Amino acid sequence: MSERPERFIIDGKRLDGRSFDELRPIKIELSPLDRADGSCYLEWGRNKVMAAVYGPRELHPRHRQNMTRAVVQFRYNMASFSVDDRIRPGHNRRSIEISKVSREAFEPVIFTKFFPKTAIDVFVEVLRADAGTRTAGINAASLALADAGIPMRSLVSACAVGKVDGEIVLDLMKEEDNYGEADVPVAMTVGEEITLLQMDGHLTPKEFYKALELAKSGCRQVYELQRQALVEKYNKDYSVDEDDARSDAGGDSDE
Amino acid sequence: MGKTIVVPGDIVSDNIKMSGSGTYVRDGEVCAAVYGILNAGDRYISVIPLAGKYIPHANDRVIGIVTEVAYSNWIVDINAPYEGVLHISQYPQRIDVENMSRYLKVGDCILTMVKDVDAGMRVELSFRDRENRRLDDGRIITIDPTKMPRVIGRSGSMIRLLKSEIGCGMFVGQNGRIWINGNDDRIDLAIQTVKYIEDYAHTPGLTERVQAFLKAKQKTRYGRTHESAESVEHVKSAESTEGTDEVRNGNE
Repeated sequence: MSERPERFIIDGKRLDGRSFDELRPIKIELSPLDRADGSCYLEWGRNKVMAAVYGPRELHPRHRQNMTRAVVQFRYNMASFSVDDRIRPGHNRRSIEISKVSREAFEPVIFTKFFPKTAIDVFVEVLRADAGTRTAGINAASLALADAGIPMRSLVSACAVGKVDGEIVLDLMKEEDNYGEADVPVAMTVGEEITLLQMDGHLTPKEFYKALELAKSGCRQVYELQRQALVEKYNKDYSVDEDDARSDAGGDSDE
Repeated sequence: MGKTIVVPGDIVSDNIKMSGSGTYVRDGEVCAAVYGILNAGDRYISVIPLAGKYIPHANDRVIGIVTEVAYSNWIVDINAPYEGVLHISQYPQRIDVENMSRYLKVGDCILTMVKDVDAGMRVELSFRDRENRRLDDGRIITIDPTKMPRVIGRSGSMIRLLKSEIGCGMFVGQNGRIWINGNDDRIDLAIQTVKYIEDYAHTPGLTERVQAFLKAKQKTRYGRTHESAESVEHVKSAESTEGTDEVRNGNE
């Protein structure tokens, strides 16, 4: 665990040189997993998460089936090597809570009515953690769900805000998260309907509303990146096409 | 061709009467419900998904694999989140319950039709039709069910091309399973071609592309194995599912 820095804000900049309303860099890779119906690998600053979606598929045990809609199952898990001090593998209090709130961030968005009696399974593995893994996991899961062709009302975009040195800042990094005064993860749809809102720490009502607006602007930025990744996947496939078709045909005549 | 890709939540129209498949209405606007390609018609706007599972509907022709012989029913895997049930009375001839596995046993592949899907998603299969039968030869491959319309082509153009150019029997089930019959070389070629179609399903001019692909393939193949290619038996295959509306809609 790193030491508590003396000051979080120096000359109007944060520890990693970001301004108050700046996100850490995000990198998105779609469909890295062959065997999943949809998957997404996402890097957010120093976070690395992998999301996989399976389904809709038959749900067992049968008594958990819902006759009118699909059941969404969400598993958030941190790899034992994802943090500095190895953590015990498997579920713990924290991961069970995050799995639950993340599931609830998606349940209102997925058209579960289309697939009665089935399960839609979402798995999020945190490979490297550096504050904001639940929001990173939700962003990756949202893309994996879209990639799996699951009908949804909207993508879900998530982002955290917090308070350090008395300032409201967007997208906390590890030191800010560990020693800051507040941490507020938010997830929302394109229509700015909030599906996840938590708060750890203290904010005055005024600060809270300011934080919420900042979080929304962060989510909008994340949404643009998510959308871009989905559109580009298709465009990339498409342009690779032309070359592939030629090299395929050419390569075969050499055989 | 200007193909627009949409993601869930994108607003695609402000006329709610245009809402077609793959869309939903939110606050008086039509929005995309799936990640896919926008298909704007005169009367409806729909989104053709790029991925997804097969969901059975009545009158779908599917290829199933028997997974269980239960009392008076065969349980059939139809590549969907729901299992298919084929009742003994659906078999064209009268069968005694004790002898069921003499006709269809676990592991048998069948060409069958979805008779009915009830609200509880119980999928009843039919085996009465003359075209429904057990598949004893050939090979079955599985592709993404959302790509299936491209393998059939507009009113069956692609599947006709494949059958005549490759010289194999072929049946494309709506559940993404494809049965191919013929001599081994030809089946191999057919599988390669179908995989090629699956990979490039979202691109325009697919038929021309596949023609070029086949030409390049066959140039080498026929030079090497001309004789075996000549002696291929032409298997009379069940006609493709060309007539269904769903298929037609799926192809632009």
